Amino acid sequence: MTGSERGSEKLRAAFPGDRAALIPYLTGGYPTLEGAREVGEAYLAAGADVVEIGVPFSDPLADGPTIQDTTTRALANGADPDYCLELASSFADRAPVVFLVYYNVVFARGMEAFLEDAAEAGVSGLVIPDLPVVEAKEFGALAAEKGVALCPLVAPTTTDGRVEEIGRAATGFVYCVSVAGVTGAREKLPPGAVELLRRVRSRVEAPAALGFGISSTDAAVEAAAEADGVIVGSKLMQLVAEGGPERAGRWLEEVRTALAGAVRTGTGERH
Amino acid sequence: MQQKVETGYFGPYGGRYVPETLIHALEELEEAYERYRDDPEFVEELDGLSRDFVGRPTPLMFAGRLTEKWGGANVWFKREDLAHTGAHKINNTLGQILLADRMGKQRIIAETGAGQHGVATATVAALYGKACVVYMGEEDTRRQKLNVVRMKLLGAEVVPVLSGSRTLKDAVNEAIRDWVTNVEDTHYIIGSVVGPAPYPRIVRDLQTVIGREIEVQARERFGGDPDAIVACVGAGSNAIGAFHPFIGREGVRLVGVEAAGHGLSSGEHGASLAEGKLGVLHGAKSYVLQTEAGQIREAHSISAGLDYPATGPEHAYLKDEHFAEYASVDDEEALAAFTLCSRAEGIIPALETAHAISYAEKVAKELGPGKNMIINLSGRGDKDVEVASEALGVDAREAEEVSGDG
Repeated sequence: MTGSERGSEKLRAAFPGDRAALIPYLTGGYPTLEGAREVGEAYLAAGADVVEIGVPFSDPLADGPTIQDTTTRALANGADPDYCLELASSFADRAPVVFLVYYNVVFARGMEAFLEDAAEAGVSGLVIPDLPVVEAKEFGALAAEKGVALCPLVAPTTTDGRVEEIGRAATGFVYCVSVAGVTGAREKLPPGAVELLRRVRSRVEAPAALGFGISSTDAAVEAAAEADGVIVGSKLMQLVAEGGPERAGRWLEEVRTALAGAVRTGTGERH
Repeated sequence: MQQKVETGYFGPYGGRYVPETLIHALEELEEAYERYRDDPEFVEELDGLSRDFVGRPTPLMFAGRLTEKWGGANVWFKREDLAHTGAHKINNTLGQILLADRMGKQRIIAETGAGQHGVATATVAALYGKACVVYMGEEDTRRQKLNVVRMKLLGAEVVPVLSGSRTLKDAVNEAIRDWVTNVEDTHYIIGSVVGPAPYPRIVRDLQTVIGREIEVQARERFGGDPDAIVACVGAGSNAIGAFHPFIGREGVRLVGVEAAGHGLSSGEHGASLAEGKLGVLHGAKSYVLQTEAGQIREAHSISAGLDYPATGPEHAYLKDEHFAEYASVDDEEALAAFTLCSRAEGIIPALETAHAISYAEKVAKELGPGKNMIINLSGRGDKDVEVASEALGVDAREAEEVSGDG
């Protein structure tokens, strides 16, 4: 097995196929350094297929107020990349872990060092919201060498031509952004989300996971009809703020149950 | 000079490190810019408004008393403070509103630090009948109240930014978040030579009018190129505009002056070229003030406009290639130059500009008599009177009492 297959295969194996994978997000170091560990444990107990850990950054420009707040708190708690790597390694034997990390945090450690440390900690993939594929060539090659998968973003504004380019760069899953905007809980699944998933799934081989604003079981079920995975972040962070890890875990379990019964309409349309 | 324009890089600096949602908008902007930059109608409209609305060309003025006082090179001021709205910022916003209009964008957003770019954006938005929202760190809305009022008078909505350090970098974050959300109908007029490609190049081209005028005026006034051009550098738009035609030209020293704040060793400053390390902020790779772990540090300067923890990618390139030299001046030195310029030349400069004036004394003395040094007088200081009066202990009430007995 070459390096590039390690993160990639582990991650892709976590997508069950007959239902959408459940990918909950937590901010590393929120609400406390220990509390984040409890949040992750609650996610795993609730049946998370992949755990996404946000590595706190001072200037998270793709994030809305909820995740910004958790990030600010986490930084004040002292959550640095070393801590996040350690956190990842405590989950990685039970479910694949992906990092959501801003590029400067990667760059400051050194691309190679960051990838090596991530692989060592058992991080399977990276979501880097401010590293579009046009800037990711060198990094993508290094990541492949080190066995860490890339999960690039696709947005409603992404043209079909670039969807294909992004698909080729996606060694992990494709992170479909449900709406032009920042992260944050939204009432309903945005109208363009299903259309985006269809565009992606007809052009891209990698699993397509939908994120940004999924905050109800209904929205998750609706997304699951077309998506290979459902990413939930801001809603869970709100629940952690209100009722701690247990509350977030309970809600996630409801989503997990709903996804198990959800009808997948999009599965026959893969190319 | 080698620049990989097509990729949006200046040497290793620049690029397009933004969320995927914005890539299409940046491509659209680049296409529009390529289509219109040399379009005769576009050029005519821009030149006409630059003349009638902005008041260009701005004068090149001989600063006789400073020349005498310093005893070195002849000191000249490029009077960008006389441009409409009181600073060079309007050169950029005017060009960008023309682009936005041609791209069919009805809503304009901007970030602002000192408020000069916010005012310049609100001004052109009013001129073209566009909705305008300006993001400004809450800290800066207090430091620069006058400009907040000006923006509101011009019809803009001013949104105080409460996240992070509540200054310019956070205002940029918030503007980018707005743009990501409203990208279909909104154009983001970024205020300096920063941000994702093609912004650094567009803003530079639009500000280069300063340097082109200097070229002509220098020839008229003293029969050749200046021996030095000195300009302040926050993110770097007035400096790059003044420098650009002279880059690589023999015998012309290009000197950028950063904010040393409380001193470089204090860690509280805005000198990212001097003290920053290579990183990625707001879409571009450049020198960035940051911690070991890559967290962006808060910049500090008495002037809100220099209070930014990074510098435009082209400056990073000019520094590496020794096309320009960079120095820094602390808060106290800037305040001294602020007073000096006010009293010696009858011009209250912006605190940003005062950094350039302060360092220019050294350059003038190095050059010696008979040489010609141009200071880009990037903005006027009305907006700074409150900060300056506090720092210098000039009390408005005392003045009233003195004159009140007449």
